[in-house]
Amino acid sequence: MELLYFAWLREKVGIASETVPLPDGVKNVHGLLAWMADRGPGYAEAMKDLSVVRVAVNQEFSQPTDAVKDGDEIAFFPPVTGG
Amino acid sequence: MAIRVQTEDFDVAAETKALVTGNTNIGAVVTFTGLVRDLAGGKTISAMTLEHYPDMTETMLAKIETQANERWTLDASLIIHRYGRLKPGEQIVLVITASPHRQAAFEAAEFLMDWLKTKAPFWKQEATNEGEKWVAAKVSDDDAIQRWSETSPTKITNAEG
Repeated sequence: MELLYFAWLREKVGIASETVPLPDGVKNVHGLLAWMADRGPGYAEAMKDLSVVRVAVNQEFSQPTDAVKDGDEIAFFPPVTGG
Repeated sequence: MAIRVQTEDFDVAAETKALVTGNTNIGAVVTFTGLVRDLAGGKTISAMTLEHYPDMTETMLAKIETQANERWTLDASLIIHRYGRLKPGEQIVLVITASPHRQAAFEAAEFLMDWLKTKAPFWKQEATNEGEKWVAAKVSDDDAIQRWSETSPTKITNAEG
């Protein structure tokens, strides 16, 4: 799957994108967020307060129970502030 | 409906003219232009940098277009959103809606702006004399988009204007 990071999540993680295989046991957005927080200090910092983390699966806003699978484009970003 | 995401400035009059020329069914055109302000939370802003997620913007536009067309009869509409580094006073966003009568054009313009504020994947970073800071989302913007789901989607077609 392709992971994308935007705004301060990109800064905390330290990269804008990466390709990773679907982690073992991860089935949905909730599971993916838990796995992300365990990947290292930058990831842990980025995922510290999930109330300000939004996840888009294949370019659509997701719910924690939405499924994720290999090949998905998954983006992590703060609440949007455009307009 | 079209959306353009670009770094360069836009000309409101030229865009409006290009959008409505040749369609004499249009009786009302509403334009909204957002500008970069120089003050936020009591701090002076020297610049604002916008980051965005282009592919998601495109994907979401198809949905918002469907929603807008279910509610209003629009003959034409256009969104331009800039990204990159902007200075106070610069134009940042443009929404144009065109319809036979004014009510649909006014409402659709407001709806599209509320959508941009709460759903479109853009992020602002403000530069002040204390450094650069990502802007936090406003609860009032979430309230603004919410009202569109509370209203029944009665399509406005005949309100005279």
